[in-house]
Amino acid sequence: MHRVMPLPATTVPAQAVPAQKVLAPLTDQSQYRQGGRHRRGNAVSWRRCWHVLVMAAVCCAGCGRPQAPQPEGAATQAPAKKFTWPARLSEFDLFESVLPTSPAGSQGSGPFVLAKGVTPYGLNTPLFSDYSWKYRHVRLPDGAQATYHGDAAFDFPDGTVLAKTFAYPDDMRRDDSTVRLIETRVLVKHDGEWQATAYLWNGQQTDAELARAGHVSQVSWIHDDGSPRELDYLVPNVNQCKGCHQTAEHDIMPLGPKGRNLNGDFSYAAGTANQLAHWQATGILAGLDEPIDAAPRAAVWDDTATGDLAARARAYLDVNCAHCHNPAGAARTTGLDLSLTQSEPARIGVWKTPVAAGRGAGGLLFNVVPGKPDESIVLLRIYSLEPQVMMPELGRRMIHDEGVELIRQWIASLDPGAGVPDTPGGVQPNVDSQPVDAG
Amino acid sequence: MKRSMLVTAIAAALLSTGCAPPRGGATPGTTAVSVTAEPAPKVTRIEPGEGAREKIQEALLDSEEGETIELAEGTFAIDQTLSLFDTAGVTIRGAGMDKTILDFKGMISGAGGEGLLVKADGFTLRDLTVQDTQSDAIKIEGGHGIQMIGVKALWTAGPSTKNGGYGLYPVQCHDVLIDGCEAVGASDAGIYVGQSENVIVRNSKAHENVAGIEIENTTAADVYDNESYGNTGGLLVFVLPDLPKKDGRQCRVFNNRIHDNNTENFGAEGSIVSTVPAGSGVILMASDEVEVFDNEIADNQTANLMLISYQSTGRPINDPNWDPYAEGIHIHDNRFSGGGNQPTGPLIDELAQVIGGTFPDILYDGLVDDAKRVDGDLPPEYAVVIHDNGDANFINFDMAATLAGGVPVVSYDLAPHQGEGAKLPAVVIEGVE
Repeated sequence: MHRVMPLPATTVPAQAVPAQKVLAPLTDQSQYRQGGRHRRGNAVSWRRCWHVLVMAAVCCAGCGRPQAPQPEGAATQAPAKKFTWPARLSEFDLFESVLPTSPAGSQGSGPFVLAKGVTPYGLNTPLFSDYSWKYRHVRLPDGAQATYHGDAAFDFPDGTVLAKTFAYPDDMRRDDSTVRLIETRVLVKHDGEWQATAYLWNGQQTDAELARAGHVSQVSWIHDDGSPRELDYLVPNVNQCKGCHQTAEHDIMPLGPKGRNLNGDFSYAAGTANQLAHWQATGILAGLDEPIDAAPRAAVWDDTATGDLAARARAYLDVNCAHCHNPAGAARTTGLDLSLTQSEPARIGVWKTPVAAGRGAGGLLFNVVPGKPDESIVLLRIYSLEPQVMMPELGRRMIHDEGVELIRQWIASLDPGAGVPDTPGGVQPNVDSQPVDAG
Repeated sequence: MKRSMLVTAIAAALLSTGCAPPRGGATPGTTAVSVTAEPAPKVTRIEPGEGAREKIQEALLDSEEGETIELAEGTFAIDQTLSLFDTAGVTIRGAGMDKTILDFKGMISGAGGEGLLVKADGFTLRDLTVQDTQSDAIKIEGGHGIQMIGVKALWTAGPSTKNGGYGLYPVQCHDVLIDGCEAVGASDAGIYVGQSENVIVRNSKAHENVAGIEIENTTAADVYDNESYGNTGGLLVFVLPDLPKKDGRQCRVFNNRIHDNNTENFGAEGSIVSTVPAGSGVILMASDEVEVFDNEIADNQTANLMLISYQSTGRPINDPNWDPYAEGIHIHDNRFSGGGNQPTGPLIDELAQVIGGTFPDILYDGLVDDAKRVDGDLPPEYAVVIHDNGDANFINFDMAATLAGGVPVVSYDLAPHQGEGAKLPAVVIEGVE
């Protein structure tokens, strides 16, 4: 049983976070990277062998060593379903050191000096995560490539590590503000399946510890408007990860790295470049056969230069809602499909009645009433903080004022006369085998 | 979930709950063999105090098949949903219903809101209380072989719309036992079994909920030896549209005491139970093959028993293939007393204009699916049979005429409802006496 290191209740003052090497003491786990301890034979339990295998897959993939051979005995036993995680984030060798500030503020690769082979990335429109600044990194095994998909997550090879670090600056108005790292969520692809967990950064900001059971961290910051904000920030547990990342076929699938959401500029250390072009140039992306200009591209939700109101609103709904509200997702029984690729107005909620929303409908009749945001259940739900009403159900504890405003404007812009049904309830729900709350 | 683990899992769950061993026969013998072949099940014991939530959640994440997680006596302050996914045969056991308390009063939002969320087979929960969760107290999704024994779901503030929806809430489960449990204060249903098959709810109490006990879109359920009182509606057997499991049938409701369910409706606007009139004893809606017998149904001020089809709710029906009619109903040998003396609710007010201020024990909307008539008569398997209920009075309030915009012709005559009526078979869950 690992310990979860409690974090202080206040933000860490700038001077308390010197730039320092992230160098956790070598543990049993990190030693596995150094050689073939698992070859010692009988003294090593099967469980440990399995652990060695896992570590070898994770770590060797990152440092270019060949995959460890199957330990003796493991072949006759079914692999443990549960993946064994290193105790500390540093054991992934993603970051050489942590800086007190992020050179590009909320953008760029964050307050890190990256280890070799680690690529930072950003999304055109990200999930709203209680105003945290998020930094994303990917590392593929040496020489390996992801396979491009425009409207779906890339296919990544085994050994790929995806990491997303959640942080709050002292002052969101300043790019050079001291940044406090809260957690890093890690996805690892092992044996064809993704595994997920969170690591919780320590008060000294030198390393992060495995926190599979989740955690609540008190954070505070000066907001964009100059007002002080406070939040009990929620680090999810492993089962909660599945709440969003689970699909019909897999317990965990990456959500962010889709072609259309990576098709935009990123400020790399060496300069700004289109991410798809950068990934191609560095050899980690295959299968993009069309010109990048012609590839699918999601709008940036808050940048009017990247799309009209509808394009930005739909990009926002896609990223914030469609991981469940898609035809194969956890919320498929609602019949509401907020995927960017859905073009049927009724399926994105226009004049659509709720199926089993219960109190979540708040007495309103339709998901989206064109021209009338205040009569639209979609707006009610993203504006709510009430359990059983608020959407998304997980991962949001604050109201995203700017996101709500975007959706409000979009609904207000829809033609009130279009597609008015003769009678309420004209839209067929898409009902199949998922449980929903009803009575 | 792996079905291959199922047999072992269920057997392990049954053994670890201390239930009587399975009755004789080849299959139970097989399960016993597979259990003894396993190593002794792991037991993890957790005390209340600092970090208890993390310890319980880690134990659930690390749980092994057949493991028991023992929660010691005392109050555990839990600020987030506890969840168990996939591992079969896990038992969570407290020191007693009122001794081990999982208190979610300080629960933070944005984490789902349930107290306990389980998606696993062979799960047993016993001898503890789950209280003051933001949404459902205990939600169990899609599990085979689920038992809740001596479990209380409680909202300590009493009836409030802010309380969570469901207390004990197995949904899309198979082989469910709820025994000796209690549910208090749910803003939807206290004991709620949805879209499940093969269910026993017994020896349990539900009070101060909107719906005390609700069996919804469920096939083969025995509900007996329970007491449901002080709710808005005491015991509901419902079938609702637009759910993955479309029908509900073969429910027996017997030997229950369902009385004084007169609490003002505090359900959230939009929920189906928010339309249940205060003072409802038993409501059968749109469900088929229901047998209600040997119950004591008393002092429910709107009506002791209502039998209606879904059209009587006035709600739209989107799915033309869904059957809204209550059919194959057999109500007999119940003891009715009091009640009907203070009917309330919007539809009820309209009804009162037709039938007067005091309602009979049994209200029936009289809706029949004409498409099922053969030569003008409804085949016996669709009939509503009512007999031997003492001096219980009855009304058919002719909802068909009302829906057609006409003048209803009410009837107090039980003669059309005499007959044999079907005796439904008992629900059998392997290993449960």
